[in-house]
Amino acid sequence: MKASDIFEETYSSLTVNKARSGLTILGIVIGIASVIALVAVGQGAQGSIKSSIQSIGSNLIIVVPGASRNLGYGVSSGRGSAQTLTPEDANAISQVDGIAAISPEVSGRYQVVSRGANTNTSIWGVTPAYPDVRNVQVDQGVFVTAADLSAINRVAVIGPTVLQDLFGSKDSTATTDQAIGQTIRIKGTEFKIVGVTKSKGGSGFNNQDNIIYVPLTSAQRYLVGSRAYLTEVDIEAQDEQSMTNVQNSVTNLLLQRHNISDPTQADFNVLNQADIVAAASSVTGTFTVLLGAIAGISLLVGGIGIMNMMLTTVTERTREIGLRKAIGAKKKDISFQFLSESVALTFSGGVVGVIFGWLTAWLITQFSGIVTQVSVSSVALAFGVSAAIGIVFGYYPARRAASLNPIEALRYE
Amino acid sequence: MISCRNITKVYVNDGMETPVLKEVSFDVNDGEFVAIMGPSGSGKSTLMHILGALDAPTSGTYVLDNNDVSKLSDDELADVRRNKIGFVFQSFNLLSRATVLRNVALPLTYAGVPKEERREKAAQALIATGLPEDRWDHLSNQLSGGQMQRVAIARALVNNPSIILADEPTGNLDTKTGEIVLDTFQKLNRGHKHTIVLITHELYVAEHADRIIHIRDGSILSDEKNLNKRIISHSS
Ligand SMILES: Nc1ncnc2c1ncn2[C@@H]1O[C@H](COP(=O)(O)OP(=O)(O)O)[C@@H](O)[C@H]1O
Ligand SMILES: [Mg+2]
Repeated sequence: MKASDIFEETYSSLTVNKARSGLTILGIVIGIASVIALVAVGQGAQGSIKSSIQSIGSNLIIVVPGASRNLGYGVSSGRGSAQTLTPEDANAISQVDGIAAISPEVSGRYQVVSRGANTNTSIWGVTPAYPDVRNVQVDQGVFVTAADLSAINRVAVIGPTVLQDLFGSKDSTATTDQAIGQTIRIKGTEFKIVGVTKSKGGSGFNNQDNIIYVPLTSAQRYLVGSRAYLTEVDIEAQDEQSMTNVQNSVTNLLLQRHNISDPTQADFNVLNQADIVAAASSVTGTFTVLLGAIAGISLLVGGIGIMNMMLTTVTERTREIGLRKAIGAKKKDISFQFLSESVALTFSGGVVGVIFGWLTAWLITQFSGIVTQVSVSSVALAFGVSAAIGIVFGYYPARRAASLNPIEALRYE
Repeated sequence: MISCRNITKVYVNDGMETPVLKEVSFDVNDGEFVAIMGPSGSGKSTLMHILGALDAPTSGTYVLDNNDVSKLSDDELADVRRNKIGFVFQSFNLLSRATVLRNVALPLTYAGVPKEERREKAAQALIATGLPEDRWDHLSNQLSGGQMQRVAIARALVNNPSIILADEPTGNLDTKTGEIVLDTFQKLNRGHKHTIVLITHELYVAEHADRIIHIRDGSILSDEKNLNKRIISHSS
């Protein structure tokens, strides 16, 4: 039997019972669509986390205090409780070869009050090197200056989210003009706003817009209360090639300064930006696989629906199969015919499912703002998987049809 | 030519042996119109399945056009059926969702006949059975019983087989439409191009053939020329 004949037979048998074929296809559509949509959510998360980590700076090496831990997210809060990193450490690090800039920081979360509003946000004590190292730009006004640092000025540079929280309202966006020159109270101390940073995006734990920067010295005096310890030291290496060298030198230097001989006992962590990206990617990768697996279950259910329908069809058409055998159809003609029906069902379900999945991903982005990313590979995979499901779940019914005894099949009532 | 020698068929179910055909031997020449007649349960359908290469005998030989068919594999039997045999069944066995033309052309798809030739061949077969052309595009379940059986005969004819095997073709039809079907067979046989084996339990039906083989309990009782052949119409 020619391929075109099989195709015609398939079309005419599937259109005989449109409702049944349609419902069976729907099972596959839902399965494929949820795989596409959920994997898109996972890959979107992967993409946005990666880009937001990359946006925190280039050739960045981060030194954080604390006992040796697994790699976490470089900018999460709650860190810095361990007190092992001192300003003297930072000074020593700045002498290491291959460093372009260094930015020591302290941070904490405090209640911030302006005239009409208040918010709770992280406050970072920084030096003028911070914008370069961490890739932050000032939208309007100025950043913390060297003069602020030495004079322990109570000045603050706020992020756009803070700006909106303190000076905006439900129906109006705050302008930078409203904020600059205003005074806010952080932990009871008045600070004057001198600048507003540009939006960097990011959300949740990683929101780099929901930050207030103050001079490092002022933070130490008025906020964190301890002069001796740093929350973080950010280092910008001169170029990508020197990253590993700088990381090793800094590690050795600090081990030496802290009198630690066993590197596994280090009371600090030196994180390479590339390592952070890799760690975050592996977490979001797992997340993507998990989402895909959940969606895969619905695909499996769809496949069982296909098998169920094909078994019913084979039983219903027993006499037809007997007749086809009587007029000369071989086993493989019969099994191809039924296999082609199940593949046609799953494949058309795959096509519609990809479209729906894409649409769902788009709607998710529209309504929830979650970044989604439908990749070509997941679409290709969806097609492959849907065809494979047709073959896997159609194989048994097709074989059953092909191996029917023609005489018994013709007698079947 | 059909040549059966000592054909036996024993069904074995749960260790129970049921002998159905016992040492059946006979020949049918090309172009003959033979009726195989016997009461229900005598083994007629079993014999037809063997003649039609749907089933293999338990022992004995069946030679069809100088090929020994008794020991072929399933797929080889399928080849024999496709090239040499046309079946007509009591219950028509048409694909109800397909048109008359598609039903008739169905064997051609398995025979690998190019699409363009199929319609022409199906039309010829339908003309031979006398089904009016305005019915050719109807769905087969929109036809009367007699018309359905003529479509089935056209389907049996379409690949130009050497033998047409008809198992109780008038069994589901009233006398009048049954005669139309028998008339179709007689007309087909007039040029002696097709061997026709007609299976029936009714003497009246058997008497439309040229030769009658009586079978009872799996054995041939008699095999003789039909001296008072009923001819339905003389015109062709
Ligand atoms: N698959 C089978 N297994 C066991 N017995 C069978 C089978 N098929 C037919 N028979 C028996 O063989 C005998 C002949 O059947 P069949 O050839 O159909 O007779 P007929 O067509 O002459 O009525 C019957 O007694 C029937 O019960
Ligand atoms: Mg019978």
